[in-house]
Amino acid sequence: MAQQPHSHDAAQGEEHIHIVSPKIYLAILLALLVLTATTVGVSYIDMGILNPVVALAIACIKMMLVVLFFMHVKYSPKLTKLTVISGIFIFLGLISMTLADYISRAWGSW
Amino acid sequence: MTHGDLAKSGEASHMEHPSYQRHHFESVAQQFDATNFAMWLFLLTEIMFFGGLFTAYLIMRNWYYPAFVEASHQLSIFWGTANTTVLILSSFTMAMGVWSAQMRRKGMLLLFLGLTFFLGLVFLGIKGIEWHEKWEKYHVPGIRYSIQDFTNPAADPEVHSQYPDDKPLGLDMANKTEMYFFLYFAMTGMHALHMVIGIAILAFMIVRARADAYTQGHVTFVENFGLYWHFVDIIWIFLFPLLYLISRHQ
Amino acid sequence: MSTATVVSLPDQSTARIPKMNFLTKENGLLSWLLTGDHKRIATLYLISITFFFFIGGALAGLIRLELLTPQSDLLAADTYNKVFSMHGLIMVFFFLVPSVPATLGNFLIPMMVGAKDLALPKINLLSWYLYIVAGGMMLYTMAVGGVDTGWTFTTPLSTHYLNTHVVSAGLAVFVAGFSSIFTGLNFIVTIHKMRCPGMTWFRLPLFVWSNYAASILMVLGTPVLAITLVLVVLERTVGIGVFDPAKGGDPLLFQHLFWFYSHPAVYIMILPGMGVVSEVVSTFSRKRVFGYTAVAFSSVAIAVFGFFVWAHHMFIMGISNYSSLVFSLMTMLVAVPSAIKIFNWAFTLYKGSITFETPMLYSIGFMGLFTIGGLTGVFLASTGTDIHLTETYFVVAHFHFVMVGGMLMAFLSGIHFWWPKWTGRMYPEKISQLAALTTFIGFNLTFFPQFILGTLGMPRRYAAYPPEFQVLNVFSTAGATVLGVGYLLPILYLTWSLKYGEIAGDNPWQATGLEWQTQSPPLSENFPEIPIMDHEAYDYEWFERHQQQEVASV
Repeated sequence: MAQQPHSHDAAQGEEHIHIVSPKIYLAILLALLVLTATTVGVSYIDMGILNPVVALAIACIKMMLVVLFFMHVKYSPKLTKLTVISGIFIFLGLISMTLADYISRAWGSW
Repeated sequence: MTHGDLAKSGEASHMEHPSYQRHHFESVAQQFDATNFAMWLFLLTEIMFFGGLFTAYLIMRNWYYPAFVEASHQLSIFWGTANTTVLILSSFTMAMGVWSAQMRRKGMLLLFLGLTFFLGLVFLGIKGIEWHEKWEKYHVPGIRYSIQDFTNPAADPEVHSQYPDDKPLGLDMANKTEMYFFLYFAMTGMHALHMVIGIAILAFMIVRARADAYTQGHVTFVENFGLYWHFVDIIWIFLFPLLYLISRHQ
Repeated sequence: MSTATVVSLPDQSTARIPKMNFLTKENGLLSWLLTGDHKRIATLYLISITFFFFIGGALAGLIRLELLTPQSDLLAADTYNKVFSMHGLIMVFFFLVPSVPATLGNFLIPMMVGAKDLALPKINLLSWYLYIVAGGMMLYTMAVGGVDTGWTFTTPLSTHYLNTHVVSAGLAVFVAGFSSIFTGLNFIVTIHKMRCPGMTWFRLPLFVWSNYAASILMVLGTPVLAITLVLVVLERTVGIGVFDPAKGGDPLLFQHLFWFYSHPAVYIMILPGMGVVSEVVSTFSRKRVFGYTAVAFSSVAIAVFGFFVWAHHMFIMGISNYSSLVFSLMTMLVAVPSAIKIFNWAFTLYKGSITFETPMLYSIGFMGLFTIGGLTGVFLASTGTDIHLTETYFVVAHFHFVMVGGMLMAFLSGIHFWWPKWTGRMYPEKISQLAALTTFIGFNLTFFPQFILGTLGMPRRYAAYPPEFQVLNVFSTAGATVLGVGYLLPILYLTWSLKYGEIAGDNPWQATGLEWQTQSPPLSENFPEIPIMDHEAYDYEWFERHQQQEVASV
């Protein structure tokens, strides 16, 4: 049963949200599946030190696709984008500064 | 009567805003913006929550590299890839669910929420299979653990055929494989816990969606839950390579 | 000291508390336990944290009593360990962290931004319930014998060498952490999304800026504490080994993760207090805060820098020299924004019309004592001197100067400042000034000797000590007694004022700020209509014009 949107809803409703089309979702889905296949395939090739680098790089690309499109960040206000960036920044700060201690210890197993 | 008079008389005017707008908000747009932002902040806390586990994993992996490499060979790439695919599909269905709610199409919303729910259960089922296998092979740290597969890799033909170059580990290093499995269970377990919570909320949403709660212009709950679900997917997007893929070769 | 005052009360013979306010709106226990009103939740918090403050204070009393004599004669060493651990846990997690944000912040922030409530009232109520559950768990821990690891749960002591109640204490802190996270989350959303028309970021009171910065720390730092405690509990119960050297783990990993939160935690504790001081110093100098932008940005700078200094708690624990260097440098840098605030408040005072009501006494006390505490932090930031001073009473004195001489005084300053707004009544001025003075004297007598004790080498967390340290310890305990009286007095006279205090009216301090434009106590919805902000913060000229136009009536 089709509903006439309530007139106040039209004026005040959540219509200011950008609605992302299913075509884009489908495209992102396919991209994610391809990237998954890639990361698994590449892991069979011995690239030495590059294996973890490539794997994490592909994971980062997948994350960006999910964040930008599935989570609508591309169409979100600047504040949302800033929030995501600050979260990643602090996360990286925790990991890198802690790891820096371990890397620089003389008696470590590096 | 002006809005001001109505307000001063202490009565909220229900003609002025939709029923789902809470009284401390000035408009539905403000309510949506605020709750959306709140969900993003909650996801930030989740990033930092998992951050501690990732830090521990990265340190231990680099301290006990041979042990972590060989221990990771015990994981099934097949099931891991399957789980990754399942979660990515579920993110797609969840995004489509949000779209359905925005387009006020109840039937499609129910379909996509249902698919997401189902895919979530499939993920947990596969996880169960993997964990059961760990139990069977004595790879559950602290409770049921044996280092035999690492001191003598040939004793495990299934894994040994995939990774014939794995050398037997010395006793000391072999014991460190238990550390790998602790982190494996801690990280996938914490992730699974978040999946369980997500699936429970999905069940609740399906019930509410049937009652038209989300197809009258009020998509906030679905959209914000979608953010949570995608975030849980992103955690797995990183867990998969870190646990399964990066140590295929010595 | 002059008898000049800015207090302006309505005619007491005709003044009445407004009949309709947030306290009288609904009656009954459920209307309080299921409330969404941020002011009621703030009241619930105020009662709860006061309760825990006195438990923590009683434990402090026990510590000082034991330390009167060099031998561990009042308490056995193990018991003493439990007493200082519980004192630390309760004071940090159940008093200091929620003190200003959960009480004054909850009460004021919606009004200061011109909103009717916080963005998420139900989450606010949940936050209080989590606090109560956590408090209950901590009281249970005390009842069954307490924990003796120190409030810092240091591994491997906490995971492998004790059979005290580490798990229940850790879980209590875990739950309290989520209470804190939800409070901070609520504040950030409210400040970003619910400012009234005309309320730009740079018209916000500096109290809001400080709480905003503290909230960022709460949201981003506390989850790391949560996962750390989970790991400790798992280590104790299942015996995994991340912190166990025998199994290949690293006890220092615990410290990295623990201090990643616990250092920002101290900024969570102090920043809201600094916000209070900004408001009070401005009001009682009748002058806008000098360098508003600098104070606002320095709050955020403290928050950001504060994330990257944590390992200065670990200089002697085995971190690398390179790490020590980096963290020492960052710690020196984080002192800069804190000092900027002190300068700005000092310049606010300069050429202001200063009066010395109780909130101002506490805030001026803050400025002096926090400066001392902060400067001694620089001694500890420098790795060379830290090697000698760490784990001694110097550290104890340092953090009590900033936390008690700083934060607690700021909290009391805020409570006195906003008491008339909260309750509609004034507290009695003379006795409160006496209490402030008593607190200041008692505080200095208690904690200044501890700096000397520390430099002489007395270790912290010891029940017994060499006899040559006794004299200074006796001074310290004597001071603690005076301090106790100073803290007891407010409880007595503030309670008295609820019934017998003078009627305050809307704005007894003649302060600027939206909260002072509403009735005291405020309406449940704060404002009948959302206000429009048309003037800058601390605009006393606007205030004077506004006064002339207004017909005063209560």
